[in-house]
Amino acid sequence: MKPADAGEIQTVVAARRLRSARTVFIGVGRPSTAAILSRQVHNPELVLVYESGTIGAKPQRIPLSIGDGELAETADAVVSVPEMFSYWIGPGRIEVAFLGAAQVDRFANLNSTVIGAYDHPRTRLPGAGGAPEIAASCGEVIVVAPHSPRTFVEALDFVTTVGHGDGPGARERLGFRGRGPTAVITELGVLEPDAETKELTLTQVHEGVEVDDVRAATGWRLRVAEALRTTEPPSDQELGALRELVSR
Amino acid sequence: MAELVTLTAGIEELVRDGDSVALEGFTHLIPFAAGHEVLRRRRTDLELIRMTPDVLYDQMIGMGCARRLVFSYGGNPGVGSLHRFRDAIEHGWPRPLEIEEHSHAGMASRYVAGAADLPFGVLRGYGGTDLAAHTQVGTVTCPFTGEELAAVPALRPDVAIVHAQEADRQGNVQLWGIPGVHKEAVFSATRSLVTVERIVDELEPRPGAVVLPGWVIDAVAEAPGGSRPSYSLGVTERDNGFYREWDAISRDRDGFRAWMEQHVLSGVPA
Repeated sequence: MKPADAGEIQTVVAARRLRSARTVFIGVGRPSTAAILSRQVHNPELVLVYESGTIGAKPQRIPLSIGDGELAETADAVVSVPEMFSYWIGPGRIEVAFLGAAQVDRFANLNSTVIGAYDHPRTRLPGAGGAPEIAASCGEVIVVAPHSPRTFVEALDFVTTVGHGDGPGARERLGFRGRGPTAVITELGVLEPDAETKELTLTQVHEGVEVDDVRAATGWRLRVAEALRTTEPPSDQELGALRELVSR
Repeated sequence: MAELVTLTAGIEELVRDGDSVALEGFTHLIPFAAGHEVLRRRRTDLELIRMTPDVLYDQMIGMGCARRLVFSYGGNPGVGSLHRFRDAIEHGWPRPLEIEEHSHAGMASRYVAGAADLPFGVLRGYGGTDLAAHTQVGTVTCPFTGEELAAVPALRPDVAIVHAQEADRQGNVQLWGIPGVHKEAVFSATRSLVTVERIVDELEPRPGAVVLPGWVIDAVAEAPGGSRPSYSLGVTERDNGFYREWDAISRDRDGFRAWMEQHVLSGVPA
């Protein structure tokens, strides 16, 4: 089998994070692929929840939007947007949320609103969508993002979504229910918040990636865990299932 | 009772220059035909309201019919940017676009408050974000527990337009699949128009469907295929290919205008 590329490794690693999860909230793109893959190879009981109100969707193909017909047709329940946010997300009924972002800072706060000044943006991004309340209330958040100095920045241009705020105690002060980001998964490795400082720390590199590569792709002085691990390469089963899924 | 009208007559009668207009549909049942008719009727200075502007509002913003946009997620889902939306905000083309943005939870709460005729919606939200400083959000204290909560003003559009699968001749509407904020948009608005795939003699009740009795709607217009390239579950399928193609069509101002002239403005109403 052709060796896995960086994007495939990122997807496979994200899917493994859902091995024991009961429910996962997902947007489109790589997180959606990872969750569908996880349901196929690791966790057939995993409940996929999409922002469109489809709860327990069982897609056989990767949907382009969060509201493709297959999601509604295969869901256990289809609910309105107000119900999704007020009955399901707000009270913390969803265990894991996958989020992406255009910028991530060292406390895993996220920007998906604007690059440059808000009133005179260099690049206008889509905006918040469900992310702020999803990140506040879901049990934990896993961020899936491309690793580059443009994405992993010293300071966000705009705080769309709070991860760990300015560090220890920030989430408690804001009254957030969930534990916040527990991992940031990139094509180079995995960053996890330090238990005490909450600062993102490199805990895992994918096979063939050097720590210096990750440092060079990170816009702040990245801390590296003493017990740095190397990602177990994707198995033939994982990679085969992923490629089959993407080709459908 | 809702009046059965042609799409042209419905837009002509219900949408006026300067109105705040909500064309809703969360990925599903997006009223494209109605939005295109708004463009053909040359309505202008609109305040467009929609949680997810999507390709429809990209088209309307790019044609310059909006002075203001109220929204919570302005992307082409799964594809990338909405180029006309970006051009309007980044460069003021074809005219400056004032924006007011929220989170989805905030927008949903605003619609619910509007539908209930309450002055504001309440939620746990916006905490610690920069959004709070750039939008209409306040705080209220719970009189029972003392908890501080976010408050957002009720949405009260002049007109709501949504698409559904079917209506009967009395204007009773039935829709199924992803319900989005259809109900909330209709109830929060002063006037409302529902476009439908088909008019039937009698609605066959479906479990889990949303029914909007004709007496809460102003007008119903038949518009088969009226949600394309979005979809109407059970009737049409989402045209994911078109959503991908839109990226190239909309990237360039002249190319966009030419496409709209050919495919929307010169077209006859569905």
